Amino acid sequence: MATRASPVVIARRQIGNAVFVGFCVLVTAVALIALALILWSLVRQGASGLNLNIFTLDTPAAGSVGGLRNAIVGSIMMCALAMVIAVAVGVLAGTWLSEYAGTSRYGSVIRFLNDVLLSAPSILIGLFVYQLLVRPFHGFSGFAGGVALAIIAVPVITRTTEDVLKLQPISLREAGVALGSPFWHVVRTILWRAGASGMITGALLAFARISGETAPLLFTALNNQFFSWNMTKPTASLPVVIFNDALTPYPDLNKLAWAAALLTAGAVLAVTILARIFSKEPRRS
Amino acid sequence: MTTVASTAGAPEKYVAPVNPKTVKLAVEDLDFYYGKTHALKSVSIPFEAKAVTALIGPSGCGKSTLLRALNRMYALYPGQRATGRVMLDGEDVLRTNNLSMLRARVGMVFQKPTPFPMSIFDNVAFGVRLYEALSRSQMHDRVEESLRRAALWDEVKDKLHASGLGLSGGQQQRLCVARCIAVKPEILLLDEPTSALDPISSAKLEETVLQLKTDYTIVIVTHNLGQAARVSKYTGFMYLGELVEFGETERMFTNPVTKRASDYITGRFG
Repeated sequence: MATRASPVVIARRQIGNAVFVGFCVLVTAVALIALALILWSLVRQGASGLNLNIFTLDTPAAGSVGGLRNAIVGSIMMCALAMVIAVAVGVLAGTWLSEYAGTSRYGSVIRFLNDVLLSAPSILIGLFVYQLLVRPFHGFSGFAGGVALAIIAVPVITRTTEDVLKLQPISLREAGVALGSPFWHVVRTILWRAGASGMITGALLAFARISGETAPLLFTALNNQFFSWNMTKPTASLPVVIFNDALTPYPDLNKLAWAAALLTAGAVLAVTILARIFSKEPRRS
Repeated sequence: MTTVASTAGAPEKYVAPVNPKTVKLAVEDLDFYYGKTHALKSVSIPFEAKAVTALIGPSGCGKSTLLRALNRMYALYPGQRATGRVMLDGEDVLRTNNLSMLRARVGMVFQKPTPFPMSIFDNVAFGVRLYEALSRSQMHDRVEESLRRAALWDEVKDKLHASGLGLSGGQQQRLCVARCIAVKPEILLLDEPTSALDPISSAKLEETVLQLKTDYTIVIVTHNLGQAARVSKYTGFMYLGELVEFGETERMFTNPVTKRASDYITGRFG
């Protein structure tokens, strides 16, 4: 065999291989460097603003001392509401698309619309919820903000749930059914468990996306200078604080905006790591 | 060559008679369609109670299709349908409304091991929990008994709460057998259960089948003629969607009546 190998062919293949691998390394490096630069500037600018006041004081007027307590609590409440709604709707919708819709026309229409919603500009979703929940009730509210964020998160979770469930082998479904289990029970106890890690990843993607959304909140939750647990009233949030304070000429407020950005990024990272730890896939042989 | 001579002028089809009183499951004039494809053509075959019946034949002949009609597995898929009758203790499987109950009575083990993503214990308990309210100790006994019968107990007794996905392929397949018999079905359908296993695991699984046949009516689809000869009392040979020959395994392997069965068994085609 070796005698027939042409050195030219082999050399050409090796060069091609080196070029391609080199290209892969290069673009990976570009992406990683961009990420590192973003994180670095975030940490550099944000860390100096971090102190205990951030967690104990509310957003200040220009020139006075303040923190982010109201915005942190508002963001947590609205994101939590959004994730509860979005996980419930998204997981059920994705499950229906994967397991029950089949190739039906209704299923493909829903799938298409979900994909459209996936890339819909978030400001439009803010306007939609403004018409739906803000105008009729004559006021901005944390609930409206949560719903707007949920609408952004639902298509992400729907899509990943469908994709993850479709990856599960048909034999797993048949094996469950063959034991005398109704199909919905197989879906709930076997398929969801088999796809749990992927579905959690989808939920995390959705969480990461909504935790930084500003535009839909401007139309729905607006903002609140004061601390409040009341979600029927305007509610503060970290992204809106960043948006407002970063544009002011006051260095104190700019610093606070950087701290808010660092907190948001840190929260997404922390939630991602925690979810990874708790959803560790069982060992496969 | 002698087989050819002895089967010259042989019948196209031959289904040996069996005593109807010993029949647990009787397929009568079964036709099966995948959409427009006519996959089974008027198949009639009896399965004797507490005996192993092997289904053999070349790929695509309809063995697995026949098996999947017996527990109505095909009902999961729109476009697949069956006509005829499949009589289980006098009741027509094709017309029953309670599919879950049917499948609890007619268990199935698949070609590839399909452990559920849960512990070994929960895998075995999965089907039992659907139908029986057992106490903790009763459930433990049932799981142990099932794993023992599937010849897996000694290998897993110290790690019942480890994931079923961590077992080897052969162990996973015996776990699937244990899971199936834990429900206490009356019939076991085995769809090429050893085709994904190494020879040692296959031998262990065959051993398991031999031990189970005293209590269960077993139907096994296999490409391995030696396996059919070793484990089964009856054999059905299928070809192009038809049941060509059916009868006692020993007679069929030494003296097949039809030419097509003879050719297949002697390795002339398929």
